[in-house]
Amino acid sequence: MTSKKTEKLVKIGLGVIALAILVIAYAMGTFKFIIENPDDLINLTIEHLKLVGISAVLSIGTAVPLGILVTRPKFKKYDWIVLNFANIGQTVPSLAILALVMSYFGLGWQTAIFALWFNSLLPILRNTVAGIENVNPQIIDAGRGMGMSSKQLFFKLELPNAMYAIMAGVRTSVVINVGTAALAFLIGGGGLGDLIFTGISLYDTGIILSGAVPVILLAIILDFILGRLEKVIIPRGLRRTNEAA
Amino acid sequence: MIEFKNVTKVYGSGNKNVTAVNEINFHVEEGEICVFLGPSGCGKTTLLRMVNRLIPITSGKIEVDGKDVHSMDMIKLRRSIGYVIQHNGLFPNMTIEENINVVPKMLGWDQSKMKKRYSDLMDMMGLDAGQFQKRYPYELSGGQQQRIGIARALAADPPVMLMDEPFGALDPVIRDHLQNEFLKIQKEMKKTILFVSHDIDEAIKLADKIAIFNAGKLMQFGTPDEILSNPKNSFVSDFVGEERSLKRLTLLKVRDLVLLMDGFKKNISNHEWHGQVISVNENLKTALAILLAAPNGEACVVDENNRYLGILRVSDFSFLTEIHPKDFSIVR
Repeated sequence: MTSKKTEKLVKIGLGVIALAILVIAYAMGTFKFIIENPDDLINLTIEHLKLVGISAVLSIGTAVPLGILVTRPKFKKYDWIVLNFANIGQTVPSLAILALVMSYFGLGWQTAIFALWFNSLLPILRNTVAGIENVNPQIIDAGRGMGMSSKQLFFKLELPNAMYAIMAGVRTSVVINVGTAALAFLIGGGGLGDLIFTGISLYDTGIILSGAVPVILLAIILDFILGRLEKVIIPRGLRRTNEAA
Repeated sequence: MIEFKNVTKVYGSGNKNVTAVNEINFHVEEGEICVFLGPSGCGKTTLLRMVNRLIPITSGKIEVDGKDVHSMDMIKLRRSIGYVIQHNGLFPNMTIEENINVVPKMLGWDQSKMKKRYSDLMDMMGLDAGQFQKRYPYELSGGQQQRIGIARALAADPPVMLMDEPFGALDPVIRDHLQNEFLKIQKEMKKTILFVSHDIDEAIKLADKIAIFNAGKLMQFGTPDEILSNPKNSFVSDFVGEERSLKRLTLLKVRDLVLLMDGFKKNISNHEWHGQVISVNENLKTALAILLAAPNGEACVVDENNRYLGILRVSDFSFLTEIHPKDFSIVR
């Protein structure tokens, strides 16, 4: 009861803060710019979404299979190599990755996507590995004792029971990438960073915010959509256990 | 029938070898419950897990129905043996129905057969099939989960069951209740069951045969009565405890004692008796407890229909001296 009440209060409080930010943004002329150039905003948002979307698909496509691979008994002893590699990937600043990769891929969106992909590997990889390794060993023992093949053990027990952690990693990296993708402008990758950096060079807070506010909204909306997706993907029997934990 | 022939398991760690199971020889008859008893680390669970090859054998042979388990296909072998573990090991991502039908599904049963098997098993476990069908393990109590765990192991009707402390994590009341239900089910099913336990009382209650282990060696193998009345060595007698003669009484019923007594008084009318009453089907340990609590050390024995059969006294227990349960026609 009380936790529900505090949750409601916090939600209302956050809503008020968001509203206040919007009002301030309006006062600074944000919406004036957007209203005057609606096509700009739409095009840049689509570019931004493409950057985030493509890099997310690529990093899920790499990190999840890689995470699964290093949890297989055969490759278990190599998991530290992969995890450390991904750790380094996370520690190198995104801007530095952009600069480094630029010398190979040149300017443009491919470079941006590569950098975003590299940056979002770790959360997904680490969560995949942790999720699979933390599946209750007794369940696996029961499954093996009942005669499941290694394939069945993986698809029926390990993967579904690790889904919560894997989805959490995907959600984290996507939301971070929405913000990081703003840097793509610097190497000609497009996206909403265009408005932000233009605003910075022009000392125009209105233009900065007309880029920044959509980025924030995009992050919130994507997180919400992924949260809904979680409800579909994660087995119902697991949701409660994780909520309780 | 399950036969253990010189079964040995050695764990090697560097140049140091640890023998977890050492030259075990015995066999379990079809339809019997054999309880593996012993302190932690005595090798009982290792031995159990070698039967369905969760742990590979170092040397020796385990035969199920005359076939060496190592000559059989591992997956097929495991699907033909029921497996129950402590904390049930139910799959949290599957509904109760899906959990129970895991093995039948792998064996390729059709939907209607699995549906029927599910409701039959739920009936047997005393749970409502419809109510639990779409529910998940976390929604069930510990006792219910353990019942589902046993039902799941029974699903494909395997002739052999391996149970690793299935009631170990339950509170005493629920444990006692489930043990009784388990015995009732076993009476009909007649499975060959290997059952790991560290609880001597549980072993006496459930076992047809008990195998006591210590430090990887088989200390004694025999019926509960043999173990209690004639412990082979000091380890066994220590393990079964000081009150083993008291524990033996749980193996016998009042009926057994009454049959031994020539002068059992039969002529008691219902109106005369106002003291304690004992059913003929009660075990003798409980009967003794009732007698000791009775003000004059006497109690009246009644049959199933509450007819009064006669008076029992503490001194009557002397008839039991040197008598073994196996000497009775009615044992348990």
